[in-house]
Amino acid sequence: MSLPITGRRARRARRPRAAWAGWLFALPAVLMYATFVLRPLVLTVQYSFYDWNGIGASTWVGLDNYRRIFTDSELFATIVHAFELIVFFSFVPVLLGLFVAATIRGIATSRLAAVARTVLFLPQVIPLVAAGIMWSWLLSSTGLANELLSAVGLDRLTRAWLGDFGTALPAVGVIGAWVLVGLCTLLLLAGMSKIDPSLYEAARLDGAGPVREFFSITLPSLRQEIGVSVTVTVIAALASFDIVYIATQGGPGNSTMVPGLEIYYLAFSEREIGMASALAVALVLLVLAVVLPIQRLTRDGSR
Amino acid sequence: MIVNRRETLIGRLLLVLLMVITIVPFISLFVTALHPAGTYPSGLSWPDSPQWGNFADTFRAANMGKLLWSSCLIVLGVVPASLLFGALAGFAFGHLRMPGHRIGFLVFVLGLTLPFEGIITPLYYQVRDMGLLNTRWAIILPLIGLFMPFSVVWMRAHFVTMPDDLSEAARIDGAGTWQLFWRVHVPLAMPALSSLAILLFLWTWNQFLLAIVLVDDPQKRTMAGALGAFQGQWGTDIPLLCAGALLILVPTLAVFLIFQRRFVTALLQGSIKG
Repeated sequence: MSLPITGRRARRARRPRAAWAGWLFALPAVLMYATFVLRPLVLTVQYSFYDWNGIGASTWVGLDNYRRIFTDSELFATIVHAFELIVFFSFVPVLLGLFVAATIRGIATSRLAAVARTVLFLPQVIPLVAAGIMWSWLLSSTGLANELLSAVGLDRLTRAWLGDFGTALPAVGVIGAWVLVGLCTLLLLAGMSKIDPSLYEAARLDGAGPVREFFSITLPSLRQEIGVSVTVTVIAALASFDIVYIATQGGPGNSTMVPGLEIYYLAFSEREIGMASALAVALVLLVLAVVLPIQRLTRDGSR
Repeated sequence: MIVNRRETLIGRLLLVLLMVITIVPFISLFVTALHPAGTYPSGLSWPDSPQWGNFADTFRAANMGKLLWSSCLIVLGVVPASLLFGALAGFAFGHLRMPGHRIGFLVFVLGLTLPFEGIITPLYYQVRDMGLLNTRWAIILPLIGLFMPFSVVWMRAHFVTMPDDLSEAARIDGAGTWQLFWRVHVPLAMPALSSLAILLFLWTWNQFLLAIVLVDDPQKRTMAGALGAFQGQWGTDIPLLCAGALLILVPTLAVFLIFQRRFVTALLQGSIKG
């Protein structure tokens, strides 16, 4: 499982004949990427310095929009919410995935594990929108979650989980955790299958228990897979949109408003293009600022 | 391998538990969809008289046939073009390695982490100025662009492993670069291309943000985008909403179950490379 950036391995054979012709091959991809990604990205940065309603004249406001992200408590809260979602989208699936994968390592080749591989992937395959609808119903006041609570005599805990100020954000987080836990488990399990079994044999002979085994062998060998799981899930948390849009629309109040959804509302219903763009730039930078260190931390071991 | 029986048993139980948690929401959705329209059924109860007609009603009400067709058109617009452009550029960056390929490739790599929300605002105005708003092109063209980083990185990872000797041999036989690409490298890249096709299909079919922003008419959206509109329309009628959600799940589930082995490998590799 080599990562794509293998520049150091690239051989330096030069063929002067076709030297520049390579760019002709890259041209369609470059054109599409430049037109529909790079140009809008540059424009996002440009818009972020203006106050503009999308129709009339725009006025230069410098860094005011950015200042507002940090001073307007409502806007800043969206970023805080995104980080709170990381706990559910990232920490829970990765930790749970590690625990489950380590426990089922011994039966990774059984028939049950083969079935599990298919089943655990289901949440990855369906549209997030469908996952949102499904869970809105499960977590509603008459849904399965409350029914289970009543069944075990915890009636007083029942509530409309997505409609309650205190529980709405964690409830959204649970939906994300459900979507991502299977992917993380299977990723980590695939990583574990590449660990030399003789390491475990040796550990057992030395009298190590499952816990010791996990911390001394499994965890260190999985550095790369953990890095990948964390990266994928952190991006899913910071850039979450579909689930929140369907499950809560940011409510109740603003208790589940995340940057992605706020950008959408600012740009397309409140017509504050400048503000939406500044938040978009902040989101892009935030993702990079979180993801790049994770990549560094988990990759340098292999180089 | 030394694994004692108790650990195996715990492992099996845990695995079953995780599968149950994964499956139960689907079952709840299914059971609820069978209740009479307009009722508020509770949790996981089997209805007294299952309303199989709900599926047909929803299919008609949401104009599902048209939606399926629309999603297919969008997939047909996005996936082949992305595969072709991705393969061409991946070949260039991974195998031809022309001057400046490192920088060029790096620019694509940086695009991997870009959240779609980051560019959606200017994209709206750009697509409007191109006169494409509310057409399927409004989803197709930007998606091809947005898929380029992943497609290029994915295909380059394949082409970088191809030995240079292979190309030398073909060149000695008189093949130009173009023939070299089509005759030698594309056939060898089929496994990488088919995995990429599966991933792109899934991401296009499930695309939501672009669909709701750039296309007003649900009939011209992707399945996922249409489901959003469907929720707005039927949000209060839980059995019908559940039936609609199930119907929209069926195509991806069917494709997944048919190609499941390839799917799982593709998705695992996909997250590693992405």
